[in-house]
Amino acid sequence: MNDKLQEIKKRAFEQIENAQELDALNDVRVAILGKKGELTAVLKSMKDVAPEDRPKVGQMVNDARADIESKLALAKEKLESAEMEMKLKNEVIDVTLPAKKAKIGHNHPNIAALEEVEDIFIGMGYEVVEGPEIEYDYYNFEALNIPADHPAKDEQDTFYIDKNILLRTQTSPVQARVMEQGKLPIRIIAPGRVFRADEVDATHSPSFHQIEGMVIDKNITFADLKGTLQEFARKLFGEDTKVKFRPHHFPFTEPSAEVDVTCFKCGGKGCRFCKGEGWIEILGCGMVHPHVLEMSGIDPNEYQGFAFGVGLERIALLKYEIDDMRLLYENDDRFLKQF
Amino acid sequence: MKTSLKWIKDLVPGLECTPQEYMDAMTLSGSKVEFYDCMDADLEKIVIGQVKSIEKHPDADKLVICQVDIGTEVTQIVTGAPNVFEGAKVPVVLDGGRVAGGHDGTVTEGGIKIKKGKLRGVESNGMMCSIEELGSTRDMFPEAPENGLYIFGEDAPVGESAISYLGLDDVVVEYEITSNRVDCFAILGLAREAAATFNKKFVPPVVTETGNDEDVNDFIKVDIEATDLCKRYTARVVKDIKIAPSPKWMQDRLRAQGIRPINNIVDITNYVMEEYGQPMHAYDLDTIADNKIVVRRAKNGEEFVTLDGQTRIVDDSVLMICDGEKPVGIAGIMGGENSMITDNVTTMLFESACFNGTNIRHSSKKVGLRTDASSKFEKGLDPNNAIEAINRACQLVEELGCGTVVGGVVDVYPEKVSSIQLPFEPDKYNSMLGTDITPEEMLEYFDRLELVYDKASNMLTIPTFRQDLVGYADLAEEVARFYGYANIPTSLPTGEATTGGLSYKLKIEKVVRNVAKFCGFSQGMTYSFESPKVYDKLCIDANDKVRDAIVISNPLGEDFSIMRTLPLNGMLTSLATNANRRNKDVRLFEMGNIYLPKQLPLTELPDERMQLTLGFYGEGDFFTMKGVVEEILSQVGMNGKITYDPNAGRNYFHPGRQANIIYDGTVIGYLGEVHPKVAANYNLKERAYIAVLDMPEIVERANFDTKYVGIAKFPAATRDISMVVPKNVLAGDIEAVFEDKGGKILESYELFDIYEGNQITLGFKSMAYSLTFRAKDRNLEEEDITTAMNRILKGLDGIGVQLRM
Repeated sequence: MNDKLQEIKKRAFEQIENAQELDALNDVRVAILGKKGELTAVLKSMKDVAPEDRPKVGQMVNDARADIESKLALAKEKLESAEMEMKLKNEVIDVTLPAKKAKIGHNHPNIAALEEVEDIFIGMGYEVVEGPEIEYDYYNFEALNIPADHPAKDEQDTFYIDKNILLRTQTSPVQARVMEQGKLPIRIIAPGRVFRADEVDATHSPSFHQIEGMVIDKNITFADLKGTLQEFARKLFGEDTKVKFRPHHFPFTEPSAEVDVTCFKCGGKGCRFCKGEGWIEILGCGMVHPHVLEMSGIDPNEYQGFAFGVGLERIALLKYEIDDMRLLYENDDRFLKQF
Repeated sequence: MKTSLKWIKDLVPGLECTPQEYMDAMTLSGSKVEFYDCMDADLEKIVIGQVKSIEKHPDADKLVICQVDIGTEVTQIVTGAPNVFEGAKVPVVLDGGRVAGGHDGTVTEGGIKIKKGKLRGVESNGMMCSIEELGSTRDMFPEAPENGLYIFGEDAPVGESAISYLGLDDVVVEYEITSNRVDCFAILGLAREAAATFNKKFVPPVVTETGNDEDVNDFIKVDIEATDLCKRYTARVVKDIKIAPSPKWMQDRLRAQGIRPINNIVDITNYVMEEYGQPMHAYDLDTIADNKIVVRRAKNGEEFVTLDGQTRIVDDSVLMICDGEKPVGIAGIMGGENSMITDNVTTMLFESACFNGTNIRHSSKKVGLRTDASSKFEKGLDPNNAIEAINRACQLVEELGCGTVVGGVVDVYPEKVSSIQLPFEPDKYNSMLGTDITPEEMLEYFDRLELVYDKASNMLTIPTFRQDLVGYADLAEEVARFYGYANIPTSLPTGEATTGGLSYKLKIEKVVRNVAKFCGFSQGMTYSFESPKVYDKLCIDANDKVRDAIVISNPLGEDFSIMRTLPLNGMLTSLATNANRRNKDVRLFEMGNIYLPKQLPLTELPDERMQLTLGFYGEGDFFTMKGVVEEILSQVGMNGKITYDPNAGRNYFHPGRQANIIYDGTVIGYLGEVHPKVAANYNLKERAYIAVLDMPEIVERANFDTKYVGIAKFPAATRDISMVVPKNVLAGDIEAVFEDKGGKILESYELFDIYEGNQITLGFKSMAYSLTFRAKDRNLEEEDITTAMNRILKGLDGIGVQLRM
């Protein structure tokens, strides 16, 4: 009996080793262990074995079965992994073939720059507000301390609709509109489109954008203005940026200043980009003129504030090193895709 | 404004600085220096030489060999200059020196180095120069010949530097002066600023009393009729005029200021205008009828010939200087040909007046003539400066010996402008600046600026030339300027904390921008103004209300003359630009305003409506655009039913491929394929699709108030229906039946097949939908679904739809 079992086992092992595919292996399993298999036949013949030998023989059959099964499992695993390996090998791809892009659109450089500026000031507690682009002469000039016949009015090359209505030349009228609402303290920036009668060329456009900023509260000082704009410049142009305040004149601020930052290309040493000066002018600012506060119904003895105005295109052109302003309004896909 | 640095240094004797130091310090104290130009930057080793002898060059017809005395030695120089002669004193650049450019006036950056060498075999140890080679022009040195060497006068010292002898050792400083600092459009004003900036003493010229014992009132009477336009008129008379060139020192200064010397009288008026910032005019007194000056408005349509020979037409807004009979000058702008100084003048009337700046500005525009004088007057001058200037001019007349000054001044000054007084408020200045500057320090700055402090009254007297100082903020700025903006500390605002953020409108716009971007659209920008011809290009009906645009009264040209009422022109132009540059599959969007007048002409500000305009060509079709629109609406929480009305009637779109987008019964936008005619008008050769969303409608309906709805627990059942549909029945009509008849249990429906063709009767199409039913609270019974389906089928039957068997 034992010999027979050994014989079956030996043959099973041989067949298992010879099986090259999972199907062949299954055939071996059926032939040996299946309902009609050889080993099953041996079990079935147990009734012919003497009852006292049955446990021993049963044990022998079970051992043989276990051996075959484990051999089968091993072989199966081996074949399966070989098959997987083959499959993976056939599925090799050229990973350097071109990507299938998601085709997401791009920002306009103005908006990319604006969003950076907005984020900086929102972080400092500023609200972003707007005002009308077609504006009353009163808000664009008079409320900003630029009365009729003021030379500054002629300097701005204003587009007029009629005597009282014009295309705003600056975002500053938003200052007056916000102050007039009388909600204090004020901490706003107001980005938007402005218009001046400049012919189109590489550095001029009759339509461009400014960002106005204004803070009004008790105890706001010129030192606060300096600190705020220094912070702004560092966040926008890098931590090493230095800021220079030069006295200047704007009718609606006093004292007033123009602000230069160290050239971010050469770090202030002077290069072609900054025309050798090491500094680049980026904005105008000052303490809100007491008369402007008064005109908007705010008591200058109680409240003080500062205001500033930045040219958005100037920031965008500088930051992204765009050399021709006309590109901003052409909307060439190859240009926009870079932002 | 520009100044000679030498002139400034003469007025501020202690001032010692390099041009760069001057530029930096002046800029930081508020007189912004744009640039400076060292006139001798490219001139080196140039002396006055004298030609001793001339002989012919053996091998060249046009060259001569000169022996030239250069002070230290006599040296040999070969020249081709036609005007060289024995005894001539000329500028000589020595071996190793430099000149600024060629004799034809070309300028070489860094100059041209001159070395000794041989010219056609003859040794030459330097070069004799023309005025152009010295970097100047015949305009500035009219005595220089048109072609040839510059010849000095006989008293020129041989061997001395030709550069300093010609006054070319100066630095010209160009400033950007702000409109409030009228006083700084004068050498004296800037010298005062320089003295204050460097804390040195300012030494202005001392104007002495001039004139003989005659009385000017016997020579001239002055009457101001238009007192609103002329604040002050001063006049003096000079007799026995001797016209001659002005002295070298005056010519040097004028040249450095960029002014060409002419003769002593003209030069004096120009000199005083530079020095005091006060324009003056000289009349030939013998041409003045009745020995009388009347300052009055012109008559309407009056013609007048100015001294440049041009006939000008003036009206009664223009101020004229007249004599007893006729106008003799346009006030503050230009004198008349009839009274101008000629070489034959014997008696002269000097005018130094103060006119209304605004009026001069307007008149100058009206007459079409902007002169040095008018550009000074239009800033609004200090009337107290007028008398100083005229006395200074007469002092120069006496100094230069060009005539006899008659005693006395005619001074008509109806309303005297006096100094104002402002309280000294150091605490206020400090609290504005955020500084801790002592009152003593502040007073010291004020003293430099000639603001006089009276301790008893604690008041500051502001000189009238500082018209810009009228309140405490102005004084705070003066303190800041001389304390140094750089020395003011930096801090951040304290006080009540504020929460920053975008306004609600801007927030919604940002979400919409981002969705457009994620759908593959790049952000463009186009102008707000455009041509009225745009409406024709867009095939808009002649009487369409959308043509009622706001017109700019002074546009840059017709192409920029109206404020857009539709956002399409910019988009179409941009798409066409891209298509013509062969950019593939371009998708653009713009977020920009249109401007809709409530009434024309405007009685109030127009309705500025933000429009999202999407446009593309290339990959995709109408339904691609429709998908983007729906994605945007979904992302701003507009999850209600969106319907599309194909009868939008927009001429710029394909008549069968357009729709109004309707939400809550309101048209919130529109989309369509660009009409081929319109595309052709824009030279756009691709099928393009455009969608516009009216942002105010979106902002009003946007909703971010999301509530979670449980995920369905009970199973769904689906039924497919296949239909034969008359061609004119829209999918929207069928879906309306589903929505109307499906009841609560109809969860969703989806079109999965649409077909027109062979197997379908002409005039019909085949459509197949899959309907999904589900109840929230139970398993559906077959009966529930059958009931709903029967209702739907009945409804479909009502619009002529048949089930396909």
